[in-house]
Amino acid sequence: MQILNSGIRKTDKMENNLNPNFACETNDSGNSYCEVQVEGLNFYYGSKQALFDVNIEVKEKGVAALIGPSGCGKSTFLRVLNRMNDLIPGTRLEGRINVHGEDIYDPSTDVVELRKKVGMVFQQPNPFPKSIYENVAYGPRIHGLKNREKLDQIVEESLKGGALWDEVKDRLHDPALALSGGQQQRLCIARALAVQPRILLMDEPTSAIDPIATQRIEDLVRELCQEYTIIIVTHNMQQAARISDFTGFFLQGEMVEWGETSQIFTKPQDQRTEDYITGRFG
Amino acid sequence: MHSRTELIMKILFWASGIAIILFLVGILFTLLSNSIPALGEIGIGSFFTSGLWRPGAYGEPTYSINNFILGTFMVTVGALAFAVPMGVAAAAYLAEIASPWEREFFKPIVEVLAGIPSVVLGFIGLVVLAPLIARFFNIPSGINALNGAILVGIMALPTIITLAEDAITAVPKEYRHASLALGGTQWQTIWKVTVPAAFSGITAAAMLGMGRAIGETMTVLMVTGNMIARPESFLDSVRTLSANIAIEIGDVAFGSVHFHALFVVGLVLFIITFIVNLLADILIHRKPEVNK
Ligand SMILES: Nc1ncnc2c1ncn2[C@@H]1O[C@H](COP(=O)(O)OP(=O)(O)OP(=O)(O)O)[C@@H](O)[C@H]1O
Ligand SMILES: [Mg+2]
Repeated sequence: MQILNSGIRKTDKMENNLNPNFACETNDSGNSYCEVQVEGLNFYYGSKQALFDVNIEVKEKGVAALIGPSGCGKSTFLRVLNRMNDLIPGTRLEGRINVHGEDIYDPSTDVVELRKKVGMVFQQPNPFPKSIYENVAYGPRIHGLKNREKLDQIVEESLKGGALWDEVKDRLHDPALALSGGQQQRLCIARALAVQPRILLMDEPTSAIDPIATQRIEDLVRELCQEYTIIIVTHNMQQAARISDFTGFFLQGEMVEWGETSQIFTKPQDQRTEDYITGRFG
Repeated sequence: MHSRTELIMKILFWASGIAIILFLVGILFTLLSNSIPALGEIGIGSFFTSGLWRPGAYGEPTYSINNFILGTFMVTVGALAFAVPMGVAAAAYLAEIASPWEREFFKPIVEVLAGIPSVVLGFIGLVVLAPLIARFFNIPSGINALNGAILVGIMALPTIITLAEDAITAVPKEYRHASLALGGTQWQTIWKVTVPAAFSGITAAAMLGMGRAIGETMTVLMVTGNMIARPESFLDSVRTLSANIAIEIGDVAFGSVHFHALFVVGLVLFIITFIVNLLADILIHRKPEVNK
């Protein structure tokens, strides 16, 4: 257990050559700038515990990658952060999860507001069976935006943000399902951007698409992390090493190690991390 | 050995398929061959000219079925006007919101509703609905198109609910997740994503419900008054195509022009129903631009 917290504390001391803003620190008055704080998180599907005492802090902007073998709880952890697990009956959670300093499991939390702030991109691209335009406009529309010019503007900005604008600007009203898998995934990213989130959760966003499309998404993630905090689950260790500033290693529901990506991949503190990274299991 | 059984099975299945086609062709042939004497005698045009259906009139019998087509149309459209929204809402509730317990409770009720004999519904129309309509609209009698439309709508509901629920349930859960993850409420997700995604299936459900409504005879015959005059509103009495056949076929001289004219009415009904079912079928099998 002591590894969990020590990973975070260490970050202060380590030179952070990827993104100086990313390490979680405390300011003079002792308040942290953390985007997401997870303390003592236990999560259960019925009687089966899927997460064991997870503690991490993620600072604003940059990319945090979650790696680990199949079934270790990466998706479960991600869904805790925007309360998508609420949809699964019989789940239970202990601990505290703060987003921007507010406990998101507090009874007074507005889940709609939370999900606006914490966007999500899924493993399988899942655009709606609507036009490209309507896909992106959907979020702003359900949050009450009716003004056509404003919508047009948001759609354009979001598609640019998703690095898809140039490919679709002449066919915004074509069905989204006619796009290629990689384009669909970028559309889903654009759709998530359209509600102006602060945090983007991505659950293996490239595992269902081809290598060239994967490259584009990885580039996009690096670009987006200038403005957004991105927490990405990936099966692919090379991908985590390429795109993330911080990496967390999950094993059987435990966050075995959490630290700067360069450190995790070169000088892992835990034997299990080393075994996993050097391919001895998983 | 094995291939022999397979061959026999194959032939049996093939024969069943062919038999169904033969039934359909046979029905169409019977309708057509019995219609032809009337069509030859009166001419097809006189069925659709304005006027009344007076096959027994002295002097010049007339055979206009325009008012019956209008009556059928009113009962059907009236029925769908409330049965489709209600059915889709119930289906959306069952598929998306209802707890397993509610579903277990509601499903058999829908099935029982589907199994009520139309004569029984006719009674209800006479003794319950008719007085209600008469009092509500302050008219002497509640035996009219509205009464028929309501009952036929109730009869079409189980079809619409069951098929629309299937269509809504078949919508991939990924669409719902996408909407909820964007901060959509359950309500917004149902009406803006799930139900629209099930659109073609829901339309098909409505069409099949309509197929049921168009041909419905007994209930309609009992509660719509069956006047041959042109109805001006839903509060007027109407006679539908099917009711007209049922009312007159017992009294008509076998082989007379009137007898054959009733077959023409049946043929028209058959064609309308056939077109509706065909459209429903096309909609069911048209996979909305997915799978690309
Ligand atoms: N809806 C659910 N109901 C019950 N158990 C679940 C559910 N979803 C996940 N689990 C269980 O929780 C554990 C963690 O699953 P999770 O999907 O979070 O793993 P993962 O790390 O994302 O795996 P993968 O890499 O295969 O996606 C697994 O043992 C899994 O069987
Ligand atoms: Mg997963």
